[in-house]
Amino acid sequence: MQGFLKKQELFLRKPLNVWSRLCLVLAAVCLGASFFFPLWEIRLVAPQYRDGLELYIYSYQLQAGNDGQHLDEINLLNHYIGMQPIREADFVEMTWIPFAFGIFILLSLRGVVFGRMGNVVDLFVLFAYFGLFSMGNFYYRLYSYGHNLDPRAPMTIEPFTPVLFGKNRIANFTQFSYPDTGSYFLMAFGLLILVAGVLSLREKPIVPEEAV
Amino acid sequence: MRFVPKSRFPRWIPLLATLPILGACAPDDVTRDNDRRSPAELSYVAPGDFDDYYLFYSGGHSGNVFVAGIPSMRHIVTIPVFTKYPGKGYGYDDVTKELLGDYTWGDIHHPALSKTDGLYDGRWLFVNDNAHNRVARIDLRDFKVKEILGPIPNTSGNHGSSFVTENTEYIMGGTRFSAPIPKGTYAHPEEYEDAFNGVITGIRVDPDTGDMSVGWQVLTPPFNWDLSSTGKGPSSGWAFFTSYNTEMAHTVLEANASQLDRDLGAAVNWRAAEQAVADGNYTEIDGVPVIDPAEVPGVMYFLPIAKSPHGMDTDPSGQWIVAGGKLDPTAGVYSFEKIQAAIEAEDFEDEKRGVPVLNFDSVLEGQVPVGLGPLHTQFDGRGNAYTSMFIDSQVAKWRLPPWSDEEKADLESVVVDKIDVHYNIGHLVVGGSDTREPYGNWLVAMNKHAVGRHIKVGPGIPETSQLIDITGDEMRMVKEAFTDKEPHFAQILRADKIDPIEVYPRAENEHPHAIWSFDDAEIVRNGDSVEVKMISIRSRFVPDIVDVRQGDTVTFHITNTEQTPGLTHGFGIGEMDISGNIDPGETKSFTVEMDKPGVFPFYCTVFCSALHQEMQGYISVRPAEETE
Ligand SMILES: [Cu+2]
Repeated sequence: MQGFLKKQELFLRKPLNVWSRLCLVLAAVCLGASFFFPLWEIRLVAPQYRDGLELYIYSYQLQAGNDGQHLDEINLLNHYIGMQPIREADFVEMTWIPFAFGIFILLSLRGVVFGRMGNVVDLFVLFAYFGLFSMGNFYYRLYSYGHNLDPRAPMTIEPFTPVLFGKNRIANFTQFSYPDTGSYFLMAFGLLILVAGVLSLREKPIVPEEAV
Repeated sequence: MRFVPKSRFPRWIPLLATLPILGACAPDDVTRDNDRRSPAELSYVAPGDFDDYYLFYSGGHSGNVFVAGIPSMRHIVTIPVFTKYPGKGYGYDDVTKELLGDYTWGDIHHPALSKTDGLYDGRWLFVNDNAHNRVARIDLRDFKVKEILGPIPNTSGNHGSSFVTENTEYIMGGTRFSAPIPKGTYAHPEEYEDAFNGVITGIRVDPDTGDMSVGWQVLTPPFNWDLSSTGKGPSSGWAFFTSYNTEMAHTVLEANASQLDRDLGAAVNWRAAEQAVADGNYTEIDGVPVIDPAEVPGVMYFLPIAKSPHGMDTDPSGQWIVAGGKLDPTAGVYSFEKIQAAIEAEDFEDEKRGVPVLNFDSVLEGQVPVGLGPLHTQFDGRGNAYTSMFIDSQVAKWRLPPWSDEEKADLESVVVDKIDVHYNIGHLVVGGSDTREPYGNWLVAMNKHAVGRHIKVGPGIPETSQLIDITGDEMRMVKEAFTDKEPHFAQILRADKIDPIEVYPRAENEHPHAIWSFDDAEIVRNGDSVEVKMISIRSRFVPDIVDVRQGDTVTFHITNTEQTPGLTHGFGIGEMDISGNIDPGETKSFTVEMDKPGVFPFYCTVFCSALHQEMQGYISVRPAEETE
């Protein structure tokens, strides 16, 4: 047991070589870039909406096709089934996600400066947690929109959860939901952190003289 | 392909992929030479595909403009202009009611597209009203009437309109029926020669807004001014007019106005007319500066034209002016260069009320024996002219000058082809014929008698419009369509020349009573007048209960807050004679006098949504005596 802890401590003290640090810089850039692109696209296609109604979910905002008109249209159509209108103001996560992004960028840069394997592990674990939490949160949003239906609405339908990944049919609409450019940057962020760790696996741990 | 979300590909891939399609969609102007595709293939536009051209037909005394597509000849939409049109809610709201004024109809003959530098600029379509002497301006951004000018003073029967100048400086007009002026002046028709007058009108168009105003008129003897055409290139600044009844007959015109072998058309220097007004050389009659051409030399010259002419058309180069004599089997070709030379040399054969008459032989290039009853001529930009012949029921294709001496000796030789049309053709149109660069591939013949051409529909038969391919040496009949009364002239515009909106952007709505939120919907009473600010949106009106009192004047300001193409809502009130249409993003006001007590349902007349039938409301009108 003692030996395992010792090995682990040595592992976390491995220095990051220049390639790993470069990866972390790149990772920070990717995360920064993801801010400027939608993370997710939801698209609703029906015979009379051949080109689809488009929703773009950014880390900090909600955008819709045709200068935002598509969101109004989606809400208008949803009122027939009693769904709550989708409004940017309701997405509280859009206030804390950019903040979290900032923290991740700082943590990456911290890894570049301090250059320890431990930094990479921290970063990866936190980011994985953030990713899973966000997806869960996103799923819960979709679930809530599809399940809190006004019983007085003109049309009564079975409560449903709009699909998070893939396509799904709701009445006359086919819904497509896929990650967009921003998510690819986020994936690149995660991947680069992993690579940063892998590249420095063979480095010798730096330990204070007296500890050896 | 359509069902794949765009985001899974870089966005520029679909963009690139559309480029070759766009290329293939561009109309193939003048490239179908020797195309041996069948007429069916030439005119087939598959479901979901687009036509290459707009065809704007005049709707005659229906008071409408019809819009069709070429080459399919499918009627696409009707633009109401001078007539109430409940299908589009035209003439029921406060704005269009005021546009229409007190008249219930108009008689549209000649649509004209606005031009810049001698080419269609896709901004406006002007149409005349031959009956009530008006001109309307349709905005091609939304295909709606924005202005109706008139009745134009001193004009009775604004037939020779609307023909626009090279840069839309003016719309030409002329009085078809001479009358004493100003209007309201009494004289017996027996005093026709002395007491009646004709005028030629220049209607000024504001280059930025398109707003029209009567710029000037030129006083003429009481001829019947018929059609006009504007100059371009060398003839820039001039306009040409035909007239019949140089005899100045006032009764039984069919005989009395057909006595002379030549009638007098006119060449009008509109820049000189403009200058005369600037110099104060005019008399104001009924608010219009009227120029007496006898006192302002250089403004107008009479041009002798063979017996009872009708159409007048200037070719794309601006050099040749063609006029057909209904009762003379030729198309007379005049040279603008010769007209200039004759004016310079004062080569006049006569003078009529102080206006010089150009020497016929000096200004005429030749008379092409096209056939019986030549009316109108169009041009393909390749040196060919196409003349409609009412009596022969044919279109003749012939070559414009310059002609060789041999050809001049026998002008029959320049007539290269004829095609039968069914029947009794009036106008014909070649896209862009009145511009510097005609499209030159399609010709539409508009025929007056469709007898025996269609499954029977009772005695009120439609007219035929026939699409003719003119890209080859021989004209080819391609398609026949039927049109309600009554297309006279038409204009053809390349579809890619304009990009009309389908929704009024909310940001552009300037209606003072527009509202966008249910929270702002309200009913405001001020004495006996009530203002209702209402929203229409799928599938309800807000508010949908309107309480008023008998004797109130109620104005409904309805905003259609939709921003989705095609989502027009209606506003129909039974037994109150209201049929409104409010397009997406539009606000319209409807003023109604509540003179009867009771309950009046109102509803959406446009099938807007699955619950359209439920889109209704009530106006409850409390009887006057019960009012507290
Ligand atoms: Cu409706």
